[in-house]
Amino acid sequence: MELSRHEQALLAGQRGRAAQKAMEILAALGDIYGAERTVPVASVQIAGVSYDNLGQAGLEFLAEMADGGGRACVLATLNPAGMDVENWQALGIDAAFVHNQAQVLGAFARMNVVTTCSCTPYLVGNLPHYGQHVAWAESSAVCYANSVLGARTNREGGPSALAAALTGRTPAYGYHLEENRRPTLTVQVRGPLGETSDWGALGKAIGDALQGRGENPVPYITGIERASLEQLKSFCASLATYGGSALFHAPGITPEAACHKPPREMLIITPDDLAAAQASLNDASAAEVDFVSLGCPHLSIHELARLAGLLEGKRVTKEFWLTTARPTRQIAERMGYAQVIEASGAKIAADTCCVVAPIRGRFRAMATDSAKACYYAYAKNGLKTRFRPFDQVVAEALR
Amino acid sequence: MKLQGRRIYPGYAAGQALVTAMGISFFGGVDPETGVVVEKGHELQGQSISGKVLVFASGKGSTVGSYTLYRLKRNGLAPLAIVNAACETITAVGCIIAEIPCVDQIPIERIENGVQIIVDGNLGTVELGGK
Repeated sequence: MELSRHEQALLAGQRGRAAQKAMEILAALGDIYGAERTVPVASVQIAGVSYDNLGQAGLEFLAEMADGGGRACVLATLNPAGMDVENWQALGIDAAFVHNQAQVLGAFARMNVVTTCSCTPYLVGNLPHYGQHVAWAESSAVCYANSVLGARTNREGGPSALAAALTGRTPAYGYHLEENRRPTLTVQVRGPLGETSDWGALGKAIGDALQGRGENPVPYITGIERASLEQLKSFCASLATYGGSALFHAPGITPEAACHKPPREMLIITPDDLAAAQASLNDASAAEVDFVSLGCPHLSIHELARLAGLLEGKRVTKEFWLTTARPTRQIAERMGYAQVIEASGAKIAADTCCVVAPIRGRFRAMATDSAKACYYAYAKNGLKTRFRPFDQVVAEALR
Repeated sequence: MKLQGRRIYPGYAAGQALVTAMGISFFGGVDPETGVVVEKGHELQGQSISGKVLVFASGKGSTVGSYTLYRLKRNGLAPLAIVNAACETITAVGCIIAEIPCVDQIPIERIENGVQIIVDGNLGTVELGGK
């Protein structure tokens, strides 16, 4: 990869140790993936924030980068942490974890990374527009940025996203290049898609079917007439989790679809496929459920309003987490939704989520409307799952 | 015998090769406090990668695995060097932040487990000796 004079200076350590490390990472990735140059990025989203995932190693690396003078030079926001920063006691997080998590957030803050702690940066002020290059980690947000917003990003990891933040650049390969954004197969969807859980099931059905169809398949999805923000964020999370997908096109919904024709290779998703995907995420009976969680990806204000309506005057009988970004929680407080929700015994958990919080061993089975959450509940925390539509998940908590 | 590959991270190391044709997931697959491979069913399960020249096809799994390599290095338990068939983001970034010499584009099937091996990360070469 060809480096500019500025990039060569960074690589030589003339702007400090952290910027040098960052440039080493970008130069190596550029060489590995055959990039010819870097491009400037409009924003960065950094994953690898929860101390539960980072461990002491990650914390030490971040502290070293902050001590080494690392400072973000573009807007950089953060994935969820392992706890609600202001209300961790209510979630049963232990003091040692709180201490370590605070150190992680402190290191990011020292590097001028905005500690949003959300997997939906596009809801809290990090909203790139069509055609902009960005460097985002968080697979669900990557899929949303590329597909729904029409911005351009690869699936970054924590350190490579941080490297982009500290330099303002990313190597131009993969989804930054026009030729890699073309659809490779048509996916015809037949079936009802009302609930966010239906869209999660669709993401799993397509994601599973994409396995073995080339290295980075880009589906061109037909048969969808309309989709809400909440449905799309659920779909992106699931498609990225099960298919590893960073980009899809859907005519009438995503901005780049109009630039392309449907590819000849065809995949059909039938109502039976959707039902099978739903069934595969259900291995817990109602009686086994002892943890209920909504907000993967983070709840929108619209969803919190709906929850206030469903929970008003009722009492939950199980541990029930509603995970969201802090600014969304604050709007919910102003509107009185948060008070109604918390009066029911449900917990609004800002800054965190059920995927990255340290909950291993605390619960047996989780009810959720998120196909992505089901995957990590099992893989990371050994939980059984009960996958239901949004309103029915609330009913599980009240049962 | 000398094999020419590609430099991922510079540095020089000589030691015994620990070879697997399988992928390695550092996060969850290697214990950062002992250096032992703990992934169930892995052909290196139960063996330590510490102080060895670790030869494997490619990295896999969570991107947090880069931090596991860094932690191993801080604990004095890192491999001396890493040789890959095809290096990917997790291993490359791990080697850069942990400063472990790394070379890829090497036909790893020509490296026998247990042989002495010299890795020159600057030149991107691997030199094989006897057992």
